[in-house]
Amino acid sequence: MGDPLVLMKDVNKHFGDLHVLQDINLGVDKGEVVIVIGPSGSGKSTLCRTINRLETFESGTITIDGRPLPEEGKALAELRADVGMVFQSFNLFAHKTILENVTLGPVKVRKMSKADADKHAIALLERVGVAHQADKYPAQLSGGQQQRVAIARSLAMNPKVMLFDEPTSALDPEMINEVLDVMVELAKEGMTMVVVTHEMGFARKAANRVVFMADGQIREQSTPEDFFTHPTSDRAKDFLGKILTH
Amino acid sequence: MGDILAKYNLFAAFWMTIKLSALGAVGALLLGTLLAVMRVSPVTTLRAIGTSYVNVVRNTPLTLLMVFSILGATFTLGLSFSDQATTNAFIWACIIIAVYHAAFVCEALRSGFNTVPQGQAEAARSIGLTFAQSLSQVILPQAFRGAVAPLGSTLIALIKNSTVAAAIGVADAAGLMKTISENETGTLGVFGLFAIGFVILTLPLGLWFTSLSRRLAVKR
Repeated sequence: MGDPLVLMKDVNKHFGDLHVLQDINLGVDKGEVVIVIGPSGSGKSTLCRTINRLETFESGTITIDGRPLPEEGKALAELRADVGMVFQSFNLFAHKTILENVTLGPVKVRKMSKADADKHAIALLERVGVAHQADKYPAQLSGGQQQRVAIARSLAMNPKVMLFDEPTSALDPEMINEVLDVMVELAKEGMTMVVVTHEMGFARKAANRVVFMADGQIREQSTPEDFFTHPTSDRAKDFLGKILTH
Repeated sequence: MGDILAKYNLFAAFWMTIKLSALGAVGALLLGTLLAVMRVSPVTTLRAIGTSYVNVVRNTPLTLLMVFSILGATFTLGLSFSDQATTNAFIWACIIIAVYHAAFVCEALRSGFNTVPQGQAEAARSIGLTFAQSLSQVILPQAFRGAVAPLGSTLIALIKNSTVAAAIGVADAAGLMKTISENETGTLGVFGLFAIGFVILTLPLGLWFTSLSRRLAVKR
């Protein structure tokens, strides 16, 4: 295996006085599924968002597929096109139909023809099970459906890696599985994924590695099985104790 | 009152008001959109220019700007659009109306920008849209929909404010009303007639914009 697809080296970031990312070193190989887990405020979402520079950072480097993250402008836009992002609050374009949400990127960024983009989009919507809703607007769909559309929107760009920032945290319990099922499928097909989540079931089923963060640092990394059964750090034991007792 | 109406062309005067308002509104919308984009842009200089423009223009009386266009710009600085005084006055009036109301359009639109959640811009950037594409494809369409009601109020104010153009000799509705009231007697009814004329122009617009704002509202 060559260089990691995503490589974060000594990344540091502050929010005012808060040192939210402290010397983060993390590599994600092609096809790998990495779960980032940790207590609220540990910096896990920030870590996820720095990978496509939705958050800036002060020092360190991030490279994607060997290319350092550009600071801004067209080069950054081009890189973001290769990095899919799925948000906690879905963030579907509220004034566009489901189909338009999925075709916007391919048409405007990849310069695909409208007809090709439509065909591709319908196929993707079918894959995530919402093709029959293609002409509706996001507000007319349930949360679980919206999140699956958001995944299709990211997939439409044929991304090299996909980032998931707490994709199921805003969903009603009965809708969590329909989203996780799609994500498990993606993982099986070999998509490189960085997923911030507390879904242990998903971690056990689909993840290659669990990264535990606390107070802006990566505290431990191991396979899901090891992490959930034999956490090494006290911080991780304490955290797992709190979330696994119910 | 009948002979007064026979002597003067009311329709031509109101037609001038409509032309003045329409051209002024288009100009105000274009300039106001540009200003609003500047005010939300990440570039500090652009933001400062946008903010200063709004603060200066919004706090200057329209009459002052209107009179300046002829007494200042045309007579003193020699900035004239036409050898014909009436054409020059008309063009200047359109420009001043556009320039003045652009500040209000900008603020209306800015309130529209505030209705667009941060996540929309993040999602737009995440699929690889450039700043300009995010703006034109995602942010502005939603901002306009969120700003329809205040934009409607601005347009109604613009139509009524266009009467200030009479001060520089544009033969609009207000100009004709002044002429009539100076030359004729028993003009109380004429005032009423002009008032009704403006209500006919603005009331349907107001109703239309209210229904438009309801229809175009972005469901979240």
